[in-house]
Amino acid sequence: MSPRPGYVLEVDRSTPPTLFWHGEGYRLERLPQGSRVVYAPEPIEPLADPVAAVRHALDHPLGDSQPLRSLLRPGMRLTIAFDDVSLPLPPMRRPDNRQLVIEQVLDLAAEAGVDDVVLIAALALHRRMTEAELRHALGDRIYDAFAPHGLLRQHDAEDPSELVHLGTTDQGEDVELSRRAAESDLLVYVNINLVAMDGGHKSVATGLASYRSLRHHHNAHTMRHSRSFMDQHRSELHSSNWRMGRLIAASGVRVFQIETTLNNDAFPEQFRFLQRREWEWSARDRAAFVASSAALARTPARLARSVLHGIAGPHRMTSVQAGEVEAVHAVTTGHVHAQQLVEVDGQSDVLTMGLPYISPYNVNSIMNPILVACLGLGYFFNLYRGRPLVREGGVLIMSHPTRKAFHPGHHPSYIDFYEEILAETTDPAEIHKWEEAFATDPWYVHLYRTGHAYHGVHPFYMWYWCAHALDHLGAVVVVGGEPSTVRRLGFRPASTLADALEIAADVVGPSPSVTHLHAPPLMIADVR
Amino acid sequence: MPQATPPSRPGPTKSRTRSTAGATTGPGIAGQLAGQRLFVTGATGFLGTALVERLLRCVPGCHVTVLVRPTRRLDAAARARREILGNDCFARLRHELGDRFDGEVAGRFAAVAGDVGRDGLGLDDAGRGALAAADIVVHSAATVAFDAAFDAAVEVNLLGPARVGAAIAAAADLRAELRPGAPPTHLVSVSTAYVAGTHQGHATETLATAAMASGARARTHTTVTTEVDIAAEVTAVRRLRDDLEAASRRPERLGGFTAAARRELGAAGVHLLAERAERLRDDWVRAELVEAGRARAQALGWPDAYAFTKALGERLLVGEHGDLPITVVRPSIIESALAEPQPGWIRGFRMAEPIIVSYARGLLREFPGLPEGVIDVIPVDLVVAAIVAVAADGPDPAGPSVVQVASGVRNPLRYGQLVDLVQRWFTDHPLYDGDGQPIVVPEWSFPGHGRVQRQLQRATDVLKLAERLLTSLPLRGERAELAGRVEERRMQAERARSYVELYGAYTETEALFRVDRLLALWERLSPEDQRAFCFDPGVVDWDAYVHDIHLPSVVQHARVRTTPGKSVMANRGDRARRAILAPDRHLAAFDLENTLVASNVVESYTWLATRHLPAGERAAFAARILAAAPGLAAVDRRDRGDFLRGFYRRYDGAPADVLRRDGLELFHNLLLAKSFPAGIARVRRHRALGHRTVLITGALDFVVEGLRPLFDEVVCAELGVDAEGRVDGRLVRLPPTGEARALVLAEYAEAEGLDLGEGVAYADSASDLPLLECVGFPVAVNPETKLAAIARRRGWHVEHWDRAATRPPLPMGPLDGAASRWWARIDHALRESR
Repeated sequence: MSPRPGYVLEVDRSTPPTLFWHGEGYRLERLPQGSRVVYAPEPIEPLADPVAAVRHALDHPLGDSQPLRSLLRPGMRLTIAFDDVSLPLPPMRRPDNRQLVIEQVLDLAAEAGVDDVVLIAALALHRRMTEAELRHALGDRIYDAFAPHGLLRQHDAEDPSELVHLGTTDQGEDVELSRRAAESDLLVYVNINLVAMDGGHKSVATGLASYRSLRHHHNAHTMRHSRSFMDQHRSELHSSNWRMGRLIAASGVRVFQIETTLNNDAFPEQFRFLQRREWEWSARDRAAFVASSAALARTPARLARSVLHGIAGPHRMTSVQAGEVEAVHAVTTGHVHAQQLVEVDGQSDVLTMGLPYISPYNVNSIMNPILVACLGLGYFFNLYRGRPLVREGGVLIMSHPTRKAFHPGHHPSYIDFYEEILAETTDPAEIHKWEEAFATDPWYVHLYRTGHAYHGVHPFYMWYWCAHALDHLGAVVVVGGEPSTVRRLGFRPASTLADALEIAADVVGPSPSVTHLHAPPLMIADVR
Repeated sequence: MPQATPPSRPGPTKSRTRSTAGATTGPGIAGQLAGQRLFVTGATGFLGTALVERLLRCVPGCHVTVLVRPTRRLDAAARARREILGNDCFARLRHELGDRFDGEVAGRFAAVAGDVGRDGLGLDDAGRGALAAADIVVHSAATVAFDAAFDAAVEVNLLGPARVGAAIAAAADLRAELRPGAPPTHLVSVSTAYVAGTHQGHATETLATAAMASGARARTHTTVTTEVDIAAEVTAVRRLRDDLEAASRRPERLGGFTAAARRELGAAGVHLLAERAERLRDDWVRAELVEAGRARAQALGWPDAYAFTKALGERLLVGEHGDLPITVVRPSIIESALAEPQPGWIRGFRMAEPIIVSYARGLLREFPGLPEGVIDVIPVDLVVAAIVAVAADGPDPAGPSVVQVASGVRNPLRYGQLVDLVQRWFTDHPLYDGDGQPIVVPEWSFPGHGRVQRQLQRATDVLKLAERLLTSLPLRGERAELAGRVEERRMQAERARSYVELYGAYTETEALFRVDRLLALWERLSPEDQRAFCFDPGVVDWDAYVHDIHLPSVVQHARVRTTPGKSVMANRGDRARRAILAPDRHLAAFDLENTLVASNVVESYTWLATRHLPAGERAAFAARILAAAPGLAAVDRRDRGDFLRGFYRRYDGAPADVLRRDGLELFHNLLLAKSFPAGIARVRRHRALGHRTVLITGALDFVVEGLRPLFDEVVCAELGVDAEGRVDGRLVRLPPTGEARALVLAEYAEAEGLDLGEGVAYADSASDLPLLECVGFPVAVNPETKLAAIARRRGWHVEHWDRAATRPPLPMGPLDGAASRWWARIDHALRESR
């Protein structure tokens, strides 16, 4: 039986309550009759033999690329860069796509007698991965072979000796890249394309770049003109990355791009109800819901967090393609759309969503208030193609506990951003004036380089991510959040969904039309 | 201000015989005192200040010299300027005179240095000249505290008047020389109506010596008791002081003081503990003296040492200098001004005020007293006017005389009436508690003395127990403040009990103080003088006085909260924080453990040790360390330095390069995760302001390496490394503990040319007290109970910094895939050596 496509349900009297994610827990909410609930397509079948698929992709590259085998020769410098801990969500069960691919690449390199091989985690300004995270992504064999010899590195965007300036694009954008990657004879990039935003030229041009380079597209202006950034062809973020990617290619850096996609089978058997449609819940699903939500509600936040972050998703590889960047990415995007596109007819006045415990920037960490804003207004709001799910001037209602809690090791500059910048303004365009000070703060640089901290400028990027949504929306309401924290973010607190809908009615008028984005699992709403 | 000098020309030699009957037709009080020189002791006190002001304002022709005891910082003139002329008592005169105030004062007011506690009053030649030139000496210096140390009360209250008398007698020849033909100096000595005791009956305006000489029966108000051998009393008190000083130095007592200091301060270091123990010894001696004074006074029939020493002071004065023209003025309980210089003026927080405020704050629920009993209160301006009138009137030619200034007979205020007035006023004008809620004043039940004392004693005992219990618990931060609150309640209860002990006698007074002579003097005044110098107790309308004058003044002086809302406390915190982060500060010192991170050296060690242990042994190792924790904590409490030296030996044999690498990882994964983000932000804030930042910690260098970018200077422990690159477990740099921390900071400040007075220090425990005390701006961070109590008492700023939400459940390092076994070896060796 082939998997069912995405589905838009209209709520009527017989519809059971709808599941809303709520941080480290979830709630059942009754949506008003006539509301629409957008469900993701069911997981598509994964590749039966991913190893063989990888080998086939390496031998049959797309675009004008040679097979990888023929690009390898003794004495060459080979660098393999790979996506960092922000992908996929939740982390996948071993073996990770990266391990599957890199093991094949290394086998070919060994066959070809390549002995100068370095692995680089393409962090950009993300936090350095821990040993456990690297082992999870690459497997113990690769880790033990490379890490003890210093050949498994993490990109350091603050080490001037490890960076090289390749030039500026025709729009005056600096392209500054990892020296090892840029000066290698071949740069292999291994990606996991979880959402349509990932991959393509963005892999190298962003993942291996420095602040000097990133600031050209990670800013409020670019994000306002990326509608959405999940839609490469209407995204200024991608236009900039593509210009940079072409400059990188033109300056002689040879990139062999390997992209993989996953199905959306994100949660293990005991949490299966999270990705099922409520009216189809079995007695077991119902029992699992009751048991797990009761248990999580009684567990201290810290413990609930560690339980949930321990979940490894059963999602599996659905495609792998290799070769020239743009040709590869076009195929990859098709695979992502095949799993995630849902047709939706028209916009609504109100968009509701439940935000889960995880976002790309709090894997094994705390979802702090800024990340809550970014997940809702940045990622979920932008999960559309064509038009946003909510009309201009409409209201976004998100459900999340929104606690004022930060991981001081991972998000040190977020704390100061929250206390100092958001206390002044929540306007993405206005915060720019503090960006430089955070980006160059020596304490943040120290924590980024020697610890596991996101770069000092990172919270600004999170806030820029919200720029398009903040421009578009009339109001943002957070259900069940800490009121003082929600207000600091510039949003309105509500204790129940009913209250939130009343607040929304004040903005958009009485009896508003409501759409609920039933994610995760992730999807892209193709709004006609 | 010019020092007093003898006048260069002979003063007026007007005869000052008293008029005999009826209203005078003479020049009136101001006229009689015009050109007179007055010499006032006790001018910095409540009554003295009012007297000087009244003389300068209402008696234009007189000259006033005040006797002022110089302090270490201020000489007599400066102290007089600040404490007398600077008081708001002079606001009216300043306003009336405008620009002429300074000139007027310079011409008519002078201060001489002296001390009524010393023979000859400690006068220099200029002072002796001023005394000799004085026509009238008003002696109002006294130790008015009812709980003054017995010996101090004896020196000042008992011996003081006679010393003044002796000084006047000694200056007689000089006076004859300076002012030939001038009458002898008139001494107006201020005493208290309570020299007659508080028992039932009428107390007349008679000197005890006179009464006894005229053969009055014993056990009347005028005599209280029969003979008291004053010289023997003085000798006994002086010897008592010596005995107590000696007793307080006996080893078992000193041991007790040291133990008490340790209970209070913990391991605060030798110097601070010694300082505290010495203060406790001083306090003990004082408390014993207070108790001895009360016991002696009560044994002889007086309510307390104050009345007792005052009574004997009168007797000694008259006994030794009965030939001098002497008038004794005996006021009852002096309270705020009725009208002069302005209604409600009061100086100092005196006898009834703390009781009233304690009541209004709901702390004092009962105060013993007889509702129908008379509480003899007299406004200060009436007493001042009476003294001025007595001075103008001149001495009684018949010999030393007494004038009482009291309200009890002429215009009695009943205790029940006063309580009713106070209760009504505070019901209409409540004070507010810390949460901005109005405080409801309790109903008064007029209980007996004994019952109240027993109740308060019980409350004190219970609170003491609770306080002990809380202090012994390992509490921190806001929970530790609970102990502080209990301590505050205990101190309030103790204070209430002391009020009852001290003042109970005054609310249960049944004596009636006669004012016949005062009223006779009043009758002799012209109507103008009666208007200008009103001292008729009959004019006081008690309802209006209590409601419109006294209570508003008391509330204002007590600086209590009279408005609702929660703002005051918050503002205080904000103000303190602003002061700490002002640009003038230039140095900020931080402790590490529990100030910036909620971790300790044992956790760090466990983390580092388990980092390279095989998976199976990790939990067992952590468990062994946990099991050893109580023993380690005990050593730590005894001596931090010993503990660290001993504990760091465990690192013996560890490879230094691995430790260094793991140390950085430890910092990011354990310390930072357990840090107080607000603390880190505070360090950064100081740096952003250009302040130097210093970290002072007992932790090892490689553990705090990750923090280095935050600090200009890191003072920490450092282990030696042998030739093979292994740590040898011996410290090459000792971690600073206790007072060493203050020394380290002082050395740093000196080397960098910084002023510790402008420095800020952050610490969490009483063992950091030397560090906190050595800077101008100490901050207690999440303080443990002892420090919380100290910070509360000293008004130090307290920060409650929340720990980040990332606490690792067990201090274990991440599993090392390529676990080596060297830590296991070390652990094994350690176990064998035990």
